[in-house]
Amino acid sequence: MEIIRKWSQAIWLLLVNGFWGFPVTGNLYQGPLKVICSPGLNCYSCPAATTYCPIGSLQQLLLGIRFSIESGRYYMGAFVVGTLGIIGATAGRFICGWACPFGLYQELLHRIPSRKFSIPPILNGLKYLFLVFFVIVLPLVLVDDFGLGKPWFCKYVCPAGTLEAGIPMVLLQPDLRTTLGWLYVNKIGLLVLFSAWSVLASRPFCRTTCPLGAFYGLFNRVSLVKIRLDRDACTSCGACHAVCPVEIRINETPGSSECINCLRCLSEACRFDALSLEVAGFPLRSRSVSKANVSN
Amino acid sequence: MKRGERRIRRTPLVLLALFVLLWLTGINLGEPGRVLEQAKSICLACIGIG
Repeated sequence: MEIIRKWSQAIWLLLVNGFWGFPVTGNLYQGPLKVICSPGLNCYSCPAATTYCPIGSLQQLLLGIRFSIESGRYYMGAFVVGTLGIIGATAGRFICGWACPFGLYQELLHRIPSRKFSIPPILNGLKYLFLVFFVIVLPLVLVDDFGLGKPWFCKYVCPAGTLEAGIPMVLLQPDLRTTLGWLYVNKIGLLVLFSAWSVLASRPFCRTTCPLGAFYGLFNRVSLVKIRLDRDACTSCGACHAVCPVEIRINETPGSSECINCLRCLSEACRFDALSLEVAGFPLRSRSVSKANVSN
Repeated sequence: MKRGERRIRRTPLVLLALFVLLWLTGINLGEPGRVLEQAKSICLACIGIG
């Protein structure tokens, strides 16, 4: 299953970054595919990006909401939030585990041999603050003299933007180098911080900071496709805890908003088939082994 | 309900219907054009310049 997941992550990485003509054009992709949403976190200013970033686009729509209302256009993010909701209600955080390029980046870094640390669960709540304040409230409320806000998350936080767009675009367009300042240094610093943290801990950005993961996590309990726990078959052996990359106890908190649905618990750990996939209430796989049968 | 009998979960379907409605509202308002326009240009703020 892990091999299939890695292939899925690689395919999604190439799908949302499929424009390889940028070294020739010297610019990013500007074709019509960019009206399609990238399900995972992938900066649309990446020169190879073929899709739009929902977090970036939502902020851009919200920061200019006064202008759009004044001009009678009413761009309020319905298209972007609708797209995110369709993805979330269908798959929840499966996207994080199977289709996010920045998630893959952190997983690859975590393979570097080193001492590994856990992340205090209290930090998991921070990503909701980033979603509410940096993506929605601050771009809407803090505006300049012209009534224009800032994309706070993209501008001050997003390390995916620095990795996928900041570094490549500065290399690609020498003119941009003259405009670099403390903001760029700050963003490089955050990228270095999250990269180093990813070596020491599993997916730190996804768990503590990612607003997209926070949004999808809201759907984990109710999404169309989700992991189902058969409490009768569960022996509470704890095998699923040991393999979980985000350190949750799925048999105690099924549908946890922290679960990235990597399915390692289901495919590598549980010997009792207590965990299975279901679609709208119907199991995709059901081979129930009861506790009684196991003990006999 | 008999043991083993499954019931369809309606919540994700209702949510899907609501978000499809919201998505269609966005399309009706012309938001895809604006999103495309933004995504085609370099976001200097995302890069750490703007």
